[in-house]
Amino acid sequence: MIEVKNVNKSFGENHVLHDFNAKFEAGQVNLIIGQSGQGKSVLAKCIVGLLEVDSGSVLYDGRDFSQMNRKERKEIRKEIGMLFQGSALFDSLTVEENIMFPLKMFTQQSKKEMQKRADFCLERVNLSGRNKLLPAECSGGMKKRIAIARAISMNPKYLFCDEPNSGLDPSTSIVIDNLIKEITYEYNINTVVITHDMNSVIEVGDHIVFIHTGRNWWSGTKEEIIKTDNKEINDFVYASSFMKELKEKLIS
Amino acid sequence: MNYIVNIGKYFQMLGQVFSKPERFKVYYTRTMNEIVTIGVNSLAIVAILSVFMGAVIALQTASNMDSPLLPKYTIGYITRSSTILEFSPTIISLILAGKVGSNIASEIGTMRVTEQIDALEIMGVNSRSFLILPKIVAAMSFFPFLIIISMGLSLLGGYASVVYSGLSSHEEFVFGIRSFFKTSDIVYALVKTVCFAFIIVSVSSYFGYFTKGGALDVGKSSTQAVVWSSIVILLANFVLTQLILL
Repeated sequence: MIEVKNVNKSFGENHVLHDFNAKFEAGQVNLIIGQSGQGKSVLAKCIVGLLEVDSGSVLYDGRDFSQMNRKERKEIRKEIGMLFQGSALFDSLTVEENIMFPLKMFTQQSKKEMQKRADFCLERVNLSGRNKLLPAECSGGMKKRIAIARAISMNPKYLFCDEPNSGLDPSTSIVIDNLIKEITYEYNINTVVITHDMNSVIEVGDHIVFIHTGRNWWSGTKEEIIKTDNKEINDFVYASSFMKELKEKLIS
Repeated sequence: MNYIVNIGKYFQMLGQVFSKPERFKVYYTRTMNEIVTIGVNSLAIVAILSVFMGAVIALQTASNMDSPLLPKYTIGYITRSSTILEFSPTIISLILAGKVGSNIASEIGTMRVTEQIDALEIMGVNSRSFLILPKIVAAMSFFPFLIIISMGLSLLGGYASVVYSGLSSHEEFVFGIRSFFKTSDIVYALVKTVCFAFIIVSVSSYFGYFTKGGALDVGKSSTQAVVWSSIVILLANFVLTQLILL
């Protein structure tokens, strides 16, 4: 379980996170949703340690990340996989080399073993045989899937996805959502997805945290979010006419 | 105040660059690749510049020798001294600051804005060391070879320009090159080169690594990298000359 306890984060005068508290359980897809500029990405970066928190703590199965020294942080990061908004694949490396990169850096596996693992991960994201392509030769959806393959190559305990559907068409978005869901259940990973895509909420959200003005405004399940009468959530969830119609249908 | 903050961040970055590598084999492979990218790929520009630089030094020396009391071998002597002591190590390093420095800053800057550096950090890789250390080692080990090649080609350019234009004879020019030669001059030039190599890579990497924003900011970082590495090279040149020659 990942626990976020009273986390505060400011950039100069701009107080982004205010006493933020949340819990993310393993084996389920946890969503952090909210409008742009509410602190979703800052929260994610604080959780994974790319940003230092001003106060508060982040606990990975009881291990306080903010109290760890560099060596301990390095160790825990081997348990973390992350899918970045822009995929963040290494341009100069092929698809296979991207997936093998963490294995090369942190395991004693032979080249054959690493290639076998890369093949397995590529097969898992339905990209078998694309080993030798360069990231520049791949589509946006393929890049996301390759990034997922790289993220799972080290068998992570925790998987973070920052806006996994940004820039993708609806059908590819569903493929990515389903892949995240399947991998989470299959390997019992603690998955945290940052999104503002309501389709993803309906599609994969097991536990949802709504962030507003840098606070944990609301948390619950996808069934609960549809029924809630919280004004801020309704303004966010039912912003589109499609969602408004859907709500009316559900109510009626 | 901002300058002091930047200097502090630069030295903090260097502290992490020189930490223990995660996997020596990976760093070794990266260093070999960087030797090709930073060093071998700069051979052509260094060669062209050096030949013409030597040719111009020799011609200008010849054109300024009005007094008949000055022996003709002075052309070769001055060409050699200027090339070895100053032109090859400093001017070629300034050119390399433009070519290599902008390349490094834009490469690392692009990695920063496309979150590739964040991806390295998330994996538990020391991104500063992984990205910068192989470049520093590659530049510090290969730039001296480039400068030695530059010295040779510069003297060849000088020879060709004055001997084939009849301003000096083969014997006079070669005698001038060999006159009053001190091995310590080469040592001085190579010490300077190694220092300049470190400055070019570390300063450019600093601007690349701390790039914020998008494509426009990568361009700005690249320009800043060239400007600041050139300034630091000139300052270091002054200090090193004071320390070693005087």
